[in-house]
Amino acid sequence: MKKINFLLLSILFSVSVFSQSEKYMKTMEARVVNVETTRTPDDLKELANAFERIADAEKNQWHPYYYAALATVNVGYASMTPQGGDAKIIDPIADKAESLIKKAETLQPANSDIFVIKKMIASLRMMADPMNRYMKYGPEAQQALEAAKKLNPDNPRIYMLEGQDKFYTPEQFGGSKEEAKKLFALAMQKFENEKPASSIDPNWGKATTEYFLKQVN
Amino acid sequence: MASNLGAQTTIGGTLKDTKGLPIAGVSIYLKDTYDGATSDSSGKFSFKSLEKGEQLLIATSIGYKPQEIKLTIQDAPFNFDIILKEEINELKAVVITAGSFEASDRKKATVLNSIDIVTTASANGDVTEAIKTLPGAQQVGESEGLFVRGGTAGETKIFIDGNLVNNFFYTSVPNIAQRGRFSPFLFKGTVFSAGGYSALYGQALSSALILESIDLPERSSANLGVSFLNVSGGYQHLAKNKKSSWGVGYGYSNLDLAFRLIKQKQDYFKMIQSHEGDANFRIKTSGSGILKYYGSFSKNGLGFRVNSLDTLNYKDAFELGNFNMYHNLSWRENLNNGWKINLGASFTDNNDDISGSIQNQQNEEVLLSGLEFKNFDLKTNGLFFNAKAVIEKKLQGLSALRFGTEYNRSTDRADFTMYNGQEFPGTIKEDLNSVFAEVDIYVTNNLAAKIGSRMEHSSLLNKYNLAPRLSLAYKVGQQSQASLAYGIFYQNPERRYLPAISDLGFTKATHYIAQYQKVASKTTFRLEGFYKKYEDLIKTAFVNGRELADNNNGFGEAKGVELFWRDKKTIKNFDYWVSYSYLDTKRDFLNYPTAIQPGFAAKHTSSLVMKKFVTGLKTQFNASYNFASGRPYYNIRYDNNANKFSIFDEGKTINYNSLSLSVNYLPNVFNQGANKFTVFVFSVTNVLNTRQEFGYQYSYNGVRKQAVVPPARTFVFLGAFFSFGVDRSHESIDKTLSLRL
Repeated sequence: MKKINFLLLSILFSVSVFSQSEKYMKTMEARVVNVETTRTPDDLKELANAFERIADAEKNQWHPYYYAALATVNVGYASMTPQGGDAKIIDPIADKAESLIKKAETLQPANSDIFVIKKMIASLRMMADPMNRYMKYGPEAQQALEAAKKLNPDNPRIYMLEGQDKFYTPEQFGGSKEEAKKLFALAMQKFENEKPASSIDPNWGKATTEYFLKQVN
Repeated sequence: MASNLGAQTTIGGTLKDTKGLPIAGVSIYLKDTYDGATSDSSGKFSFKSLEKGEQLLIATSIGYKPQEIKLTIQDAPFNFDIILKEEINELKAVVITAGSFEASDRKKATVLNSIDIVTTASANGDVTEAIKTLPGAQQVGESEGLFVRGGTAGETKIFIDGNLVNNFFYTSVPNIAQRGRFSPFLFKGTVFSAGGYSALYGQALSSALILESIDLPERSSANLGVSFLNVSGGYQHLAKNKKSSWGVGYGYSNLDLAFRLIKQKQDYFKMIQSHEGDANFRIKTSGSGILKYYGSFSKNGLGFRVNSLDTLNYKDAFELGNFNMYHNLSWRENLNNGWKINLGASFTDNNDDISGSIQNQQNEEVLLSGLEFKNFDLKTNGLFFNAKAVIEKKLQGLSALRFGTEYNRSTDRADFTMYNGQEFPGTIKEDLNSVFAEVDIYVTNNLAAKIGSRMEHSSLLNKYNLAPRLSLAYKVGQQSQASLAYGIFYQNPERRYLPAISDLGFTKATHYIAQYQKVASKTTFRLEGFYKKYEDLIKTAFVNGRELADNNNGFGEAKGVELFWRDKKTIKNFDYWVSYSYLDTKRDFLNYPTAIQPGFAAKHTSSLVMKKFVTGLKTQFNASYNFASGRPYYNIRYDNNANKFSIFDEGKTINYNSLSLSVNYLPNVFNQGANKFTVFVFSVTNVLNTRQEFGYQYSYNGVRKQAVVPPARTFVFLGAFFSFGVDRSHESIDKTLSLRL
């Protein structure tokens, strides 16, 4: 009797877990597809808020925190003007993204894509005041990217970001459209071979890379 | 599953701030559910939920305090008007700024940082020279230090990591301003307070320059610097775990070559030479704590002769040997529950061997009757120990309480030998004990007050003082704020006038400051007015030819208006600032017969500093123009007939004008991954070769006078710096510049 009870209980339990996880996956999948196509700061903020709600409700899933951080850091990039950023506006956004990615890292340590976000946050902070900050955040971004590469050298987003850095840096400062092109091509190659572990694992960046490849060709 | 069967409830409403304005981008959701929305530009939100029963509705947004609302969901739709309060945060909150210029890489109130300092053309890599382009400081060129708002250089004190520094500058040399001993790149933060500063600092009547040293370096690296004045090398090592670092450096300077190329007014018989060494370690003691040590030594000397003003066809000779050692250890740590602790101690050992003499045309020492006092020898040893503890407790919001104690012990030995071999040994000992407390009160994001008080006891004077300080700041617009400051400041009589003839007390100054400032992301505007009252200043008398403190009957006042404007926005890659100071001051101190405008105070002072980076040339061009209206000068001598000091002659110097240029060429700037980094520096001070007068000097009998002018009208510097292992472009600019020019 006890055994049956236990069996019943565990079936019930697993069913509820399953249904919960189904809802989770569905909700996540519906949002994850928007990660690369959302552009305006308002829409990105809404997306970030949505991921954060899921993250806080789930508490032990790293993906929603990861995507919330990604959308938040993109709010920062989308808020930049051609004259650059204002540290007063950018820093609180970067702080928020950092607290989200830290939560993701606690749940999923040593993940290459989490270091990719860290690189993006460091670069964002640097862009808010490049003259005064490149000494601190330049190396920090570089180190995050190196860590990401160590953890997964096949992560295409690493090469996409490297390519963007080369693309945007003026030639006299070490930028090069030629090298950018090589890096984007390498990223594309890695994208072709990328097999995300699940439908909600990081898989974004291909469209962006294609866009940049068009720019350098 | 049951909850899924019910009907959906619509939850909507509007989000506003305390002023009733809509807030966009707020996240509103039911706790522990996926259900929620983001407010739109009119602050409206709406979402549907299947949840039933007791729920918690949460609204959060960057910059606002989160709001929680309990609700019981049945079937009827909800409509909420939610008001979010602004979070008191460092970025948005008003900053207490009256009187002070903060120059750091920290987020708030940044006006100048260390890169700005080394790229200021007129500064030649010297911290205080760059500070002189800010309002409040005088363009004094005949001696070192900061003369602020009618105060002497001795009234400005310099603090490193909270500790008072003795001998910040190289030992004084007659009519030649000396450089600071410390490179600007030792510091990550610089606060220049021209008055009204915090109760944490004392013993400065006029001004405090507060320097905060750097933490761990970014990477390990080695560096080498070469110029026609100096060679230097160093190594910094960062541990693999990035928790600790150490470094050493050494430099040798010799100005022989430079002075062959650039003719000096002085005739050097002992060339300016120095050996400098430094060492440091920094250890992270926790996530937020760090233990730092910096130590340096310097052995330097010089000797020169100039034509004597006292007697024609003879020369005045001056010779100096100096050995200086400095150690600074500090520890800061964040403890639990918002407690923070800052401990620091420093020790200085400074030794000077100075001699003066009259020499004839053959450069032989001679003794002239009536001028025997010009042949002397002075050996000094100054030991200075300083320890300070500051404890901080964070209160609600940004409010904080700070309190602590400070101990200074100094032993100054000076052995004076007269021409005839008669010796006057003397030692002055002082134990200064201080306690202080202050509280920062943030009433709202827009209104803050800093209330503090400091008490000191001097064993030398055998007296106590109590100095209250108060500042208020009110935010009047998005980027602008108005501030007020008041404070009483005490200082011991300056060492050089001791031992005193009779019992002395503290000298005293009271500051009143009103300020308006508008700081946008790339522009800063500041307007400040002040009134300062001096009491109990030292009056001196002459005993055996030495000027010694006699009483505290001196007094004075200073008032003025100052303007500052910096703009990094209008022209791309172009940064400039303008400062202007108006100063009206009079004082009666030392041997002044009455209250007069002191010789170190100009009525109008102004600076224009410009910097332009040309990316195509990988070169930065810097220029600065400094102006000061003429300063008064006096011949004050003892009138034996009237039995008092009198002014026998007076005048005014010509206006001071100086245009300086510098160029920094960085051939591999921003080359990512480059293992080597090179900077070339070329600078010219007083490019237009303008005549500059820093005052007038009189012969002992007042018969002859002569303008005090710089050793050379124009000085040129050329140097290169190489760094291996890391991009340290900015430090290298500094290292090449931070030589004794």
